[in-house]
Amino acid sequence: MSFSLPSPLESAPGARVRAVRDPFHGDLLEVSMGPHHPSTHGVFRMNVTLDGETVVKLKPVFGYLHRNHEKIGENASYLGSMPYTDRLDYLCSMTNNWAYALAVERLSGQTVPERAEYLRVILAELTRLLNHTCFAGFILQDCGASGTPLMYAFREREKILDLFESLSGSRMMCNFQRFGGCRADATPEWLEAARALVDGYGEFEELLTGNEILMARTQGVGRLPAKLAVGAGITGPMLRASGVGYDLRKVDGYGVYPRLDFRVPVGADGDTYDRYMVRVLEMRESIKILRQALGTLPGGPVMDPKARLRGFRAKPGEVYSRIEGPKGEIGFFLISDGGPNPYRYRVRPPSFINLTVLEDLCLGHSIADTVVILGSIDIVLGEVDR
Amino acid sequence: METPDQIRDRLLARFPGASVAVVANPGPAAQHSLLLGSGEARAMAEFLRDSPGLRLDFCSNVTGVDWLDREVTDVASKTIPDPAGGPPKLVEQRTKRLQPGYLEVVYHLYSVELRHGPVVLRLRTGNRSDRVAVPSLTPVWRSCEFQEREVFDLFGVVFDGHPDLRRILMWDEFKDHPMRKDYVEPDDYEWEPTPHADVLAKARRHYPAAAPAAKEEPAP
Amino acid sequence: MLGTGLLQGLAVTAKNLAGSYHDPKRFVTTQYPEERTKLPEAYRNFPFLVSESTDDLMGTLRCVACQICEKECPPQCIYIEKSKDKKPDASGKMQVYPAVFDIDTAVCMSCQICVEVCPFDAIKMDQIFEIAATDRFTGLLLGREALAKPNAYYHTLHPVDAAEVDDRLATARKAAAAKAAPKPAAAPPQPPVAPSAQAPAPKPAA
Repeated sequence: MSFSLPSPLESAPGARVRAVRDPFHGDLLEVSMGPHHPSTHGVFRMNVTLDGETVVKLKPVFGYLHRNHEKIGENASYLGSMPYTDRLDYLCSMTNNWAYALAVERLSGQTVPERAEYLRVILAELTRLLNHTCFAGFILQDCGASGTPLMYAFREREKILDLFESLSGSRMMCNFQRFGGCRADATPEWLEAARALVDGYGEFEELLTGNEILMARTQGVGRLPAKLAVGAGITGPMLRASGVGYDLRKVDGYGVYPRLDFRVPVGADGDTYDRYMVRVLEMRESIKILRQALGTLPGGPVMDPKARLRGFRAKPGEVYSRIEGPKGEIGFFLISDGGPNPYRYRVRPPSFINLTVLEDLCLGHSIADTVVILGSIDIVLGEVDR
Repeated sequence: METPDQIRDRLLARFPGASVAVVANPGPAAQHSLLLGSGEARAMAEFLRDSPGLRLDFCSNVTGVDWLDREVTDVASKTIPDPAGGPPKLVEQRTKRLQPGYLEVVYHLYSVELRHGPVVLRLRTGNRSDRVAVPSLTPVWRSCEFQEREVFDLFGVVFDGHPDLRRILMWDEFKDHPMRKDYVEPDDYEWEPTPHADVLAKARRHYPAAAPAAKEEPAP
Repeated sequence: MLGTGLLQGLAVTAKNLAGSYHDPKRFVTTQYPEERTKLPEAYRNFPFLVSESTDDLMGTLRCVACQICEKECPPQCIYIEKSKDKKPDASGKMQVYPAVFDIDTAVCMSCQICVEVCPFDAIKMDQIFEIAATDRFTGLLLGREALAKPNAYYHTLHPVDAAEVDDRLATARKAAAAKAAPKPAAAPPQPPVAPSAQAPAPKPAA
């Protein structure tokens, strides 16, 4: 039977929860979930219409963290935007830096020394490990396992953050990549510490994988068909969980990834459990990549000697450049008019676009499952709202 | 992967009379783009998505660009025969004209199936004030849904046929479009301890009497 | 068998519970502020101005108020006023100095771009992170007096970088002195700070 829902909640500011009468479905309840709900991973709001406990409509509301990052980028110099990219997806500043540096390098036709390319791969894979570890902790938290898994995840993450800190000077806001290379070189002690970390990574997975409660909460929840995933622009582990083996590290082959041997894990069902497992498997592949990259790191400089730091200008033109971030395809679209700052600076935020299908995934599930589904999309609000 | 010129020819063969042009990109990246006319844009987008050689099933990035009115100089050279019988003279004629500004929506398409891309599409509005509508491509690629809303919100481009065109990042009561180049920030002056020139100017506007007390910029 | 996954997870938890009593690797908490972790050398938080001498901080600032960092600072937290007069720098050349040099640490995001763009090695990253004030504006606004720290302090924070910078500056000064030597009439006045500038750090024979 068909029925039409009343106007969405946005038209009635101030109303937190209100009941809507519907002749066929009894009382539908509109709940404003968030922005200060702990399960929304930040300040994110979902206007959920509930029939009992079942979601019949869900509208995400964004912008609580909006600061017009792109306008800041257009007013800042090319170099001045680099520290701001740290703050997009603040768990993965190294990959954001790389994506931006790569975009500017492609815009201006710069090259990067080999050692810097390897170092970038090492840092990106460490970031992927870090992000997926946090993801596993958070999704368990969303399932109701309050505290313990998240603390274990953060203990592992801490080791990677220590590495970042001793290399770049900051744990989260690394600001490490520059146009034409990396800002600093890794010392032999740093590389030794990285090798030790890679070899000792893994206890965390034992804690979770195979856990029956996790399986019961996630299997069959929030199925995403492959066709919808591609059409809706879903990228990253979420797309691969739906069975589409599209990984930019393989497809575009940027950096030195074509020289490294790794596989792309792909899910079968596209449900929340697959999204979890794909990330766990990706962590194993990341460790494989890290072993290879740390083993074959060449010598030499990490900065192109011709690169300019101050007064950088790019020739007129435009570029869209993307890399495989831990959350999906992070891209930068830059238009240069030859001036000291970009004419147009655009970030393609993976977690923002991955939210497109949130409503499709949640319909028909209970309100408790929406929390898990949202957790499995893996969003960071710094990037969603920009 | 076909070049933009080949794609244009294919589009013109399928849609005779449609307006398709290749916009060259002078930079080292050389990602040339296709400028589509608004009339057939959606049909052409569907063709790009479904045609077997292209299969551009993945619209990665949608964004707006604001191009202000600008003065362009046309240089036309013509030869004037010398009445005295000498060699003809080459004269350059420079005419200045105002090129009206427009808003542009840029789509970056890839193919997940065939693993190629990007193909860059551009749609342009008539001007920056009252003719700001372009057809929405959300019915073709679902991934445009939020991104077109963002372009509507920040640039003020109206997408005809978008299922749910509301503001997305700014709040609903907000009036202007902040990503436009001529956007004026709201005058919410806050005292800052580091008195840069624009901060000082704002201070003078707000507190004309107190302005002399503020630290002066050193003479350049 | 149903429950094995759970038991496996619980075994990990038990291992960690028991381990936290004897294995420092499993007991990762640091009892801040009584205990402190050792910061890595690269750690950066808020910039400071380098002075050559420990005794005369204001007189021997390396900064020549060129305002490059002010221009490049992404959040625009630096404010500089040039001095009207000139005074000799460490190499004895007459230089402008910053009459006002303010950094608003409420705005500063410790991105290190000011350090990277400075051609005079005059601004370096500090490692202070326990900066707190009771008011939002003046308490967090660090002036030139609060920012100036001696070169010896820089050596304690970043010994490797500091030695490299000292080397570079010494070479540059030697070259400048050699250039000035052939015409002693035009030689600049002796720098008043030379002896103390040498004092804090063991420098290569300069």
